[in-house]
Amino acid sequence: MQQRTPIEEQIDLPFVESLRISFQSLKIRFGRSIITTAGITLGIAFLVSVWMNNEIGIALQESGRQTTINTFEETAEQGISTKDIWLIIMSLIVCVVGIANSMLMAVTERFREIGTMKCLGALDGFVVRLFLLESGFQGFSGALIGALIGTLGAVLLGLKDYGLDLFFYFPLLPASPEDGPMQLGVIVIILLGCILGMILAVIGSSFPAWRAAKLPPAEAMRTEV
Amino acid sequence: MADIVVKTEDVVKEYRMGSNILRALDGINIEIERGEYISLMGPSGSGKSTLFNMIGALDRPTEGQVYIDGQNMSQLSQKQIAAFRCHRVGYIFQSYNLLHVRSAHGNVTLPMIFAGISEKQRNEKAEKLLDMVGLGDRMYHLPDELSGGQRQRVAIARALANDPSIILADEPTANLDTITGREIIDLIKRLNSEQGVTVISATHDLKMLDVSDRIVDIRDGLVERIRNRDEIDIEVGEVGGEGE
Ligand SMILES: Nc1ncnc2c1ncn2[C@@H]1O[C@H](COP(=O)(O)OP(=O)(O)OP(=O)(O)O)[C@@H](O)[C@H]1O
Ligand SMILES: [Mg+2]
Repeated sequence: MQQRTPIEEQIDLPFVESLRISFQSLKIRFGRSIITTAGITLGIAFLVSVWMNNEIGIALQESGRQTTINTFEETAEQGISTKDIWLIIMSLIVCVVGIANSMLMAVTERFREIGTMKCLGALDGFVVRLFLLESGFQGFSGALIGALIGTLGAVLLGLKDYGLDLFFYFPLLPASPEDGPMQLGVIVIILLGCILGMILAVIGSSFPAWRAAKLPPAEAMRTEV
Repeated sequence: MADIVVKTEDVVKEYRMGSNILRALDGINIEIERGEYISLMGPSGSGKSTLFNMIGALDRPTEGQVYIDGQNMSQLSQKQIAAFRCHRVGYIFQSYNLLHVRSAHGNVTLPMIFAGISEKQRNEKAEKLLDMVGLGDRMYHLPDELSGGQRQRVAIARALANDPSIILADEPTANLDTITGREIIDLIKRLNSEQGVTVISATHDLKMLDVSDRIVDIRDGLVERIRNRDEIDIEVGEVGGEGE
């Protein structure tokens, strides 16, 4: 048997090309993207509303203590209660599981697509990068919307509990009063919510995508969903 | 000396399912010459697709070696295998396997994007190929908006994007009616005779017989027999050339 031209190495795609392919994909599967993104939105909205509700509670108790001398002493002393901490942890878990689940489902139904792309010459790294970009974008936009919805929810609840006082003592910025618990403030919570949503979406998507990309294409293409 | 494109050496593929081991390929030895049109035939479950996957580097054999263009596939790096799939082989599947988020044109350009070809060149090439398969007026349709026969034509155009020397087709006509299937076979045959592309096709379709140079009959993971063109002609007369 004669030796033909040796097989060269596959080139890495320029980043812009990956970016283009991922946005095209998000655009065309818009309906599906919305559903996946909604999963992220819900998780973050829940977490942010619980967390912020707690924050508002602390801020207003704090203010009550300073304005109405000593009458509110007992309430203020409580700060963050164990129950509140549990509630925040629970909502965090719901958020993590919810987002991981919706990303996993979205990737699993695309195993065939991953196998096909590898048949056409895609490197494993390209496949992972594609999912990283798509999920990063979905994660950030979904989490931002979720954080805003969560904020709105917490504000409505706050209005119910404290009336218009809420707006006088609204904990917009971080504060660390000498004699009270540290407060993150609304802006920081929204930011943290966005970052968390994005990180969760990226991990939840890239990890299964990486595993699918490692499979031989024949196996990836066999998976029927 | 014959120019051998594909050579398999005692290729074994086992699938492990729990404690069971299924031997889908049980030591396959074949040699395929450049420019041949080969059909792999055999009953369902005989191992045709498994062999297809081994030849196309879509899966690794459990034992044995596959040589393409004299190159031992098991010695290639990941990046070389990706380049091999991108440049040397064009795959055609029963279920088309088009990316449904990309138009016909987008599907055909994708392997060229992976090959690093400039946007202008790949657009021109995609248009030329889609014209050739008769889809010049459907270029920007999504696969969901095309018929089965049209989707398979897109898949063929995509398979040809980087001028492969081998076309691997796994039951390309199984989801198509007789007439559309005939058209697809004629198209593949034309590539074979006009451009000298080596065609290796797994099939149940008897329509494939009369275009094949050789037929490899697979049974229970083994090559049962290999028939040549002249032996085939007689049998095609007998079955009347009607598939399925
Ligand atoms: N990934 C897999 N895991 C387990 N078993 C498999 C796998 N792929 C194939 N098999 C088994 O290997 C054998 C050969 O399968 P293969 O798909 O190669 O048959 P085939 O000749 O292509 O059949 P068909 O004509 O129906 O397409 C079958 O018994 C099948 O069940
Ligand atoms: Mg098969």
